[in-house]
Amino acid sequence: MSKLTDLTITQAREGLTKGDFTARELTQAHIDAMEAHRGLNAFITETPDRALEQADAADVAIKSGDAGAMAGVPIGMKDLFCTEGVLTTAASHILDGFTPPYESTVSANLKKAGAVTLGKTNLDEFAMGSSNETSYYGPVKNPWKKQGDDADMVPGGSSGGSAAAVAGRLAIAATGTDTGGSIRQPAAFTGIVGLKPTYGRCSRYGIVAFASSLDQAGPMTRTVRDAAIMLGAMAGFDPKDSTSANVPVPDFEAALTGDIRGKTVGIPAEYRPDGLNAEVQAVWDKGVQMLKDAGATVVDISLPHTKYALPTYYIVAPAEASSNLARYDGVRFGLRVTDGVRSLDDMYMKTRGEGFGKEVRRRVLIGTYALSAGYYDAYYLKAQKVRTLIAQDFKKAFETCDVILTPTAPSAAFPVGAEVDDPITMYLNDVFTVPTSLAGLPGLSVPVDLDKDGLPMGLQLIGRPFDEETVLQVGDVMEKAAGFTHKPASVGA
Amino acid sequence: MSYVIQGETGDWEVVIGLEVHAQVISEAKLFSGASTKFGAEPNDQVSFVDAGFPGMLPVINEKAVEQAVRTGLGLKAQINHRSVFARKNYFYADLPQGYQISQYELPIVGHGTIILDMPDGSTREVGIERLHLEQDAGKSMHDQHPAKTFVDLNRSGVALMEIVSKPDMRTPEEAGAYLRKLRAILRYLGTCDGNMEEGSMRCDVNVSVRRPDEGFRTRCEIKNVNSVRFVMQAIEYEAKRHVEVYESGGKIEQETRLFDPSKGETRSLRTKENAHDYRYFPDPDLLPLEFDDAFVDGIRATLPELPDEKKQRFISDYGLSPYDATVLVFDKESAAYFEQVAEGRDGKAAANWVTTNLFGALNKLGKDIGESPVSAKQLGQLIDLISDGTLSGRLAKEVFEIMIETGDDPAKIVDERGMKQVTDTGAIEKAVDEVIAANPDKVAEVQGGKEKLLGWFTGQVMKATQGKANPQAVNDVLKKKILG
Repeated sequence: MSKLTDLTITQAREGLTKGDFTARELTQAHIDAMEAHRGLNAFITETPDRALEQADAADVAIKSGDAGAMAGVPIGMKDLFCTEGVLTTAASHILDGFTPPYESTVSANLKKAGAVTLGKTNLDEFAMGSSNETSYYGPVKNPWKKQGDDADMVPGGSSGGSAAAVAGRLAIAATGTDTGGSIRQPAAFTGIVGLKPTYGRCSRYGIVAFASSLDQAGPMTRTVRDAAIMLGAMAGFDPKDSTSANVPVPDFEAALTGDIRGKTVGIPAEYRPDGLNAEVQAVWDKGVQMLKDAGATVVDISLPHTKYALPTYYIVAPAEASSNLARYDGVRFGLRVTDGVRSLDDMYMKTRGEGFGKEVRRRVLIGTYALSAGYYDAYYLKAQKVRTLIAQDFKKAFETCDVILTPTAPSAAFPVGAEVDDPITMYLNDVFTVPTSLAGLPGLSVPVDLDKDGLPMGLQLIGRPFDEETVLQVGDVMEKAAGFTHKPASVGA
Repeated sequence: MSYVIQGETGDWEVVIGLEVHAQVISEAKLFSGASTKFGAEPNDQVSFVDAGFPGMLPVINEKAVEQAVRTGLGLKAQINHRSVFARKNYFYADLPQGYQISQYELPIVGHGTIILDMPDGSTREVGIERLHLEQDAGKSMHDQHPAKTFVDLNRSGVALMEIVSKPDMRTPEEAGAYLRKLRAILRYLGTCDGNMEEGSMRCDVNVSVRRPDEGFRTRCEIKNVNSVRFVMQAIEYEAKRHVEVYESGGKIEQETRLFDPSKGETRSLRTKENAHDYRYFPDPDLLPLEFDDAFVDGIRATLPELPDEKKQRFISDYGLSPYDATVLVFDKESAAYFEQVAEGRDGKAAANWVTTNLFGALNKLGKDIGESPVSAKQLGQLIDLISDGTLSGRLAKEVFEIMIETGDDPAKIVDERGMKQVTDTGAIEKAVDEVIAANPDKVAEVQGGKEKLLGWFTGQVMKATQGKANPQAVNDVLKKKILG
């Protein structure tokens, strides 16, 4: 039997059902791994005692035969999900000591499905970042390193802690949230599977908001099948979130037929800009060939407004964030700075000035500017119009294809510290993921190969609204064809 | 009605527009399930949504939407089947989210009309610009602690309708009539209790002045005026201030002002330069608010008869004067009371008794119609006792006084106190004979042509019968006995 920490959800489910091991044993193995790999800084808060309690409950449920889909599976919970009675930080100083008296719908759904939560995973502050370096709790390290180089690499962001925990075998799976690529890009950087579902598929209730019209929770796992299982446990209509979609949750796992003959895969010309990293191009070509070999038809498509996606995103997301983050004012919860404070405005300025990190402050300022009188039409309104055009691009493309294949990120992971001082370069990390977010479509990143430095590279599959099934079905086939079995150096043989 | 300020340089006209914030009658808040009952302990009715906690999301309260549509229909306004909630961003300690969810570009209700009933019986139309739904903020209390401000979030998130008039009013009286009429309509509809003292209806007043036939000049907004009287006073003061500024060669700056009721004056709160940039944008947590014709029709089907229609019906069905009809329809309860009294009786008489006697008595007691010691049924019985001749008008008034004091049925009072009008001619003749016998000289005067003196005889007979004699019968007997 392989190590307990190497198991997928599918394997763990099987072993637990057969009684090969208990949920407690499985959980303890992951708690040990979590403690052994604290150097990755993947968790902000560890909750081993709660995890073991949940594991025991799962063992009881498994014995009595009414185990949920995630029964006994140890997972990491991105510290953007509010968890009742457990510190919730959004990786920000401003939420110091904030312990929510309520539970997010997604984490509650997972709990109901029997999942065991090991702790709260690190992230970029308020999910703003692409390298997990903006966290108040310090950067997360990628379990992967370049071959023959000991330099720490970033795990991507913002769900960097979740990605590192899953890739580094600290957790079988983890929750992520994706606003412009925060699940998919770190999944690609750490050689795991990450799925951003259709906007509205998972409830946003209880998730600390970054950009409300874009934020979406999703699974980060080691296989496509695991992503299908976990999404089924997370998703569902929630009357507490007005933007949650009242559509049935299909059996995503049942969609994994292994047969994609007759499916049409679109390849967008606009995702092949001048100067595209040759290795990225090579992996992409490889993916195209794998899908062709599996019997899919590959067609060229055009998404003409792609080049406007990133600037559009960097108006819309900061605009919403500037308003969403207004509630962190030192009045009711979290940090309040009172030293030398002489007025309410003073308290606001000192609390928010000290409580928010540099990147968060930058985005609040950008967003405030974009919404200001005299600029609203030129920025926010224009961006919304472009957003509509981008969505129309996809709609039109899906008239001729069932799924779109693109690279997930323009490069593999980069060293910690390499891009922190250059926000534009940092923002470019999301160039391939942002259009999908703006259009609200499902996007799945699947690890396909290693680059010449031995770092993982992923490809993205984009689907029609609420058609995660096709995305997962094609992803499953591509995953099998790629046969990506590499493990990061930190895990050992 | 014209209201002109005569300045040193000529006449000035006043231009007034009102923004009324009306608290929606609903069990729960606009976007949370927390209760809206008045008078709870501070911070007792606050959900995590109202307190702006991380990850909390607003969910529209359908009842509040119904109430807004209902109000829109009552204002004969355009109902927008698609409207959009927007965030109005600003920082304040009693605004937990850091923004107020309101409606900006696409309100739920568009143009409508209110008909003002002026005291002289005339009417005037005032346009409604829009009605939109929004959340209320919490309450900052600066007087609970020497150095701290306390915040009560019970009101945070409560549904308000902001009802904006067009700048159609030209006198303080019209503004007063507008507020009274709007309040009446809201109360008829059951969408707002209209209680300005408790703050469930608040008013922002926009005032400017201009030369007759000139375009609009710069306006000032007077915030949060909390009674009809103060609104009228504030307008009067503000309009005079504008005239004085203009006539001394100055300029009016657009600004927000406060009304100080103790001094009867307005003062600057913030100037245009210091005005907030609210950075409105559509709230991404909420989908556009959409409903179909069936939703609106369903609400329309439950609309009560409104003051204007009721007034017309009272005029045509009961033959009331426009003035009486206006007074009676002012509130739903008075109108219902009147109709119960008038049923099967003379409408004008019923209106008279209600508007003059009953309202007068209630005024004196400081009670409203709901607390009236005399029920509509009892007042109807009293009127019946007049028409069947049991009581004279004068006796009836006495009986009414006793009814107000005791709450007893009029028949019981008449019985117990023997206040029945005497119509028995025998008894009347006897009294007349006695008066004639005692005043031979006056009899002679009447017979000599001074028939006006007959009234004096009537009075004497009434006095002798303690007012119980039927005055008509007394007259008849007197005429017969003296003039033959």
